[in-house]
Formats: sequence, C-alpha cells, structure tokens
Amino acid sequence: MSNKSDRQSVNRRQFIGGTVAAVGALTIAPGVILHAATEDDKASSGASSEHRWGMVIDSNKCADGCSACVDACNNEHGLEGHDRPETDAVWIRAVKLKDKQTGHVNRLVMMCQHCEHPPCVDVCPTNASFKRDDGIVLVDRHRCIGCRYCMMACPYNARSFVHEALSDQSVNAPRGKGCVESCTLCVHRVDAGVMQTACQEACQKEGHAAIIFGDLKDPNSEISRILKSNNSVQIRADLELNTGVRYLNL
Amino acid sequence: MSKLYYRELYCGTPVRFWMGLALLGSIIAIGLGAAYYMEHNGHWVTGMSNQLVWGLPHVFAIFLIVAASGALNVASIGSVFGGPLYKPLGRFSSLLAIGLLAGGLMVLVLDLGRPDRLIVAMTEYNFKSIFAWNVILYSGFIAIVGVYLWTMIDRSVARYKRTVGFAAFFWRIALTTGTGSIFGFLVAREAYDAAIMAPMFVIMSFSYGLAFFIITLIAAYIWGDRELGDLRLTRLKNLLGVFVGAVLYFTLAYNLTNLYVTQHHGIERFVLLDGGIYTQMFWIGQILIGSIVPLFLIYSPAFEKSRWAIAVASVAVLIGGFFQIYVIVIGGQAYPMNLFPGKEVIESGFYDGQVINYMPTVPEAALGIAGIAVALAMVAVGARVFKVFPETLED
Repeated sequence: MSNKSDRQSVNRRQFIGGTVAAVGALTIAPGVILHAATEDDKASSGASSEHRWGMVIDSNKCADGCSACVDACNNEHGLEGHDRPETDAVWIRAVKLKDKQTGHVNRLVMMCQHCEHPPCVDVCPTNASFKRDDGIVLVDRHRCIGCRYCMMACPYNARSFVHEALSDQSVNAPRGKGCVESCTLCVHRVDAGVMQTACQEACQKEGHAAIIFGDLKDPNSEISRILKSNNSVQIRADLELNTGVRYLNL
Repeated sequence: MSKLYYRELYCGTPVRFWMGLALLGSIIAIGLGAAYYMEHNGHWVTGMSNQLVWGLPHVFAIFLIVAASGALNVASIGSVFGGPLYKPLGRFSSLLAIGLLAGGLMVLVLDLGRPDRLIVAMTEYNFKSIFAWNVILYSGFIAIVGVYLWTMIDRSVARYKRTVGFAAFFWRIALTTGTGSIFGFLVAREAYDAAIMAPMFVIMSFSYGLAFFIITLIAAYIWGDRELGDLRLTRLKNLLGVFVGAVLYFTLAYNLTNLYVTQHHGIERFVLLDGGIYTQMFWIGQILIGSIVPLFLIYSPAFEKSRWAIAVASVAVLIGGFFQIYVIVIGGQAYPMNLFPGKEVIESGFYDGQVINYMPTVPEAALGIAGIAVALAMVAVGARVFKVFPETLED
C-alpha cells in the first residue's frame, strides 16, 4: 500500500465522518427546535388540571317540547342533518322518562358525560379518544381510524360516527368523514375564555336555565355551589366513572 | 410405516385451477369494489348506524379470525402434543390458519371509517385497549405461523419445529382470548361485560377452525385426486364432536349466569324468547343447525364412515358458528342499553330504550364473502406453490 492511498483513505474517512455528522445535525436539529417550541407552547397555554369543566342539568327545568339546546349545538358545531336520523350526528339529545313504578315523568338532556375514567379512552387503540387535563373528553380527528370501538364502549350512547362526506364545516369544530365525534363541552369557547356552552346559552335565552356549565374544582363557581347544596345524581353511577355531568331532580 | 412425501397440489387440468382462481379473484374484486363504494359514499349506504356500529362485515371478520386460530389446532396437536395421525396435516393446518386470518383482517380493515390510516393503528398504541393488543396479536400470529410452516417444510430448520410450535400454540390462545375480550371488556352493554367471553371464544375457535379444516381438506383431496383415509377423517370428526359439545356447554354457562342476575333478564328474554330474528338465529341457527344436527351426524352409528355426513356436519358447524357470532355482535348491540334503570323511555332524540333495527346491505355481504375468498385463494395458491399436502393420506 502506498502513502498516497493511505492519505486518500484518511481524507475519505474524514469526508464521510463530516458528512454523517452534518446530515445527522440537519436531521435532528429541526426536531429539537420544534420540540423546544412545543414545550414552550405547553408552558404558555393548554388545558390545566386546576380546572375540571362540567355541567349540572336540572331535570325539573327542562321544558317539554323545547329543543333550543339541541338546535344551538347543531348550529354551533355545524352538525347538518341529512334527514337520515339513524346516521345523522347527535351530540346532545332530549330524553323523556317515566318511572315504571310511580309513573313520574322526567325530561333531561344527554350528551357526553365527560367521565373522569372514560371507557372510550380506555378502549381507543390509537389514543385518538383522550381526556384533557381539565376533564374534557375529546376525539383527535387526525388519529381516529373509525373503528367505532369507543361507540361500543360508551355507556351513554353519546358518540356519533360521521357517515358521509362533509362540506361547509363550522370553524368551531373541525369534523371528518369516517371519524367518531361527540360533545366537546364547547372546548373552542372554553379555550377562548368564554365560560358558557352553546346549549347553556340557548337554554338561558329560552328562560329555562336548566343547564349550568362551570368549573367543578372551583368551590365558588355557581355549579359547585349548586352541587354542594342539592342532591345530584350521575347517570349509571354504578360504573363509578365519576362523570363531569350531573343531574338534579332525576 | 411407509415414508411420507409431500407434493404441490395440482388438480386435474391447469384450466380447472385457473378457472377456480379466477372465480375467487372475481369474488374478491366485487368485495373490494363494495368496500370502495362504502368508503367513498360514507357508511350511511350500509345498514349500520350510530346505534348499531358494527355490522355484517364485523361478523364475517370475527368469524374468520376466530376460525383462523382454530385451524392451527391440527398442527398443534401434531407437533406440541405429539399426535402421530395429525402430524402430516400440520403444514396445511398452518397455511389455512394464515389464509383465514388474512381474509378476516382484510374485511376488518376495509370496514374502518378511515382504512387509509392503518399506519396510525400500527404506530400508535394505547396498551389499555384490547384492540391495540389485537393489532400486535394478529400480525404476530401471521409471522409466527409463517415461521412454523417454514420449520415444517425446510429440513434444515426442522429442529426448531417443536419450539416454534409451542410458541404458535400459546400465541393462538392469546389471540382468541384477545378477540373474546373485545366483548368481555365492554362494561356498558348487558350482552357483553362477561369474563366467560374469552374462554368461550377460544372454544368456539376450536370448533369453527376444525370444521373449516375438515371441509377444505376433503375438498383439496377431491380436487387433487388424492387418497384420503377414513381413519384420519374419523379422528377429526370425533374431535369436532367434542368441540361442538364444549361450545354448547359454554353457551349454557353464559346464559345460565345471565338468567340468574335479575339485571340481565331483559337481554336473556330478548335472545331466548322475543328477539325476533335474533331468537330464531339462536335457536334454529346456533342450537339446531350448529349443534344438534352436527352432533347427530357425528355420533349416529348410521353415518359412522360417511364422508358426506362428515362434510355436512362441518358445514353445519360453520353455519351455526356464523349465526352465533351474528347474535353476539349484532344482537348484543340491537338490545338497548339500560341508561335509566327503573325508568321507561317515552321520547328520545337518539333511539334510547328502543331495539335497534339492522338490515345488512349487499355491499356489506360482498365485502364479508370476499374475506372468505381471500382465505381460499391463499390456500389454493399456497398449496400449489409449497409442498403442503402429503401425496397420500391412506390409512
């Protein structure tokens, strides 16, 4: 072997080494910067576990024949019907009940109960169903593969599957054909600092005030005061899911 | 004992083979077309709805997946439990298992709302979800059984056969436990939420898998004009009888438990008495066609060596099994969830308290049948390419 070839081989090694280092740095650097950026974002905004958003629904105040909350929800989130009630999305619904023994009649609205231990989150294979630190249960439309296992698991029948292509969506709630969705507790409003859901607003406008939204962790909030001074129930309390939505006079 | 030779399976004429394959190919093409139609338009064109979210494709998929793990049993008996009569059938048993699972998975994936996001399911895992576990169990099954088949075919790696066979056996038990647990872990619905679902699915897989195995084995030997001895078929038949009885036992235990619990009387009444189509499917489909008829054909001395009776018994087991899964998957969803115990729902904007109507559509059926065609096509091609079948299975 000659000196010349030796030298060349060292140069080649340096060249390869340098290239690998450069390519490596170029590959990793954007990731590091991006990661740092998202860490900053996390610090400055996002859901906080200091709150737990929830609702209380007074069954006595839920007026017969009224659909103001349902209409408001559909409007707010761009839930368009196609005159196909079996496949149209429903995020909130009115239910009228009669006690089998006493005949007493109740009316209430049902939606995602924003459980502390949500079965939908447990069963979701891709982590698309998730619970925010502030207790709001959501579906990540970019991760949902449309397997519908969460719909099988939800004890409240609260979820809908988008059965058709969508157009003219509302900016408040991006939706996706082939994905599952449900009540977001008007998370777009919460994140913008508006502490009133569309259904609550509509119910108040109608003069019923059957729906109160608020922070369950704030002892001075209206919802906390109501729940402290009244006997409330959770639907299917036997499942111990600690729902964020509670009912009065049921 | 004479030496055993395996040979690729050729049928009478190449035309017959290619025509057969073309037929399966066109069934698969129709199924893929149906899947495209359902995905393109959205699921509203199917019979499924927001209340009944898993329809006919899921019945086919679960049926095939359950049968797949059971089809491997013959290989397991041969190499894990050392049954000499079953050993020559091990290769075919593995090939059939892979084929059935692939067919079932195709149906399952193409029925997703977003099948294009399969990569998400393979890269993002929630380990509390039994579905996520199943993604690993199903793909692992194909890999392990593939290696198992290799150790059975290639002499140079034959020494690993027993070890890999053990691994495959435990994996398949885990797989069916996982499939049964999809339902066993659903706390919300009265028909599910029962630990017995997991072992019941394991025993169902034994039964359906063996029935599939017997039918395809008889068909292949007729197809290839080869000799198939009565002794081996009688053994397989008797084993099928035991499995059918075991499924009946688990069905009895499941229903008796529910009948004891007052809370579950509603769902029991629905399935056993007044559930309309589901009651008929249970009694006529699962119990009469799927259990009593095959048990009679298997154990009646009149049909002791009748190949026809064995084939009919196996087909009956499959038909009964299909109805059993239909009642579990569709019947379990059609019966309303009891959100408000002690209350009657008078009005609801989302079908609360009502029995849900489900009418399967043609595209759903086409997709499901395509799953079976995929399994058969894989077996037909596999048996022609690899040395899977012994040249003769004379006694």
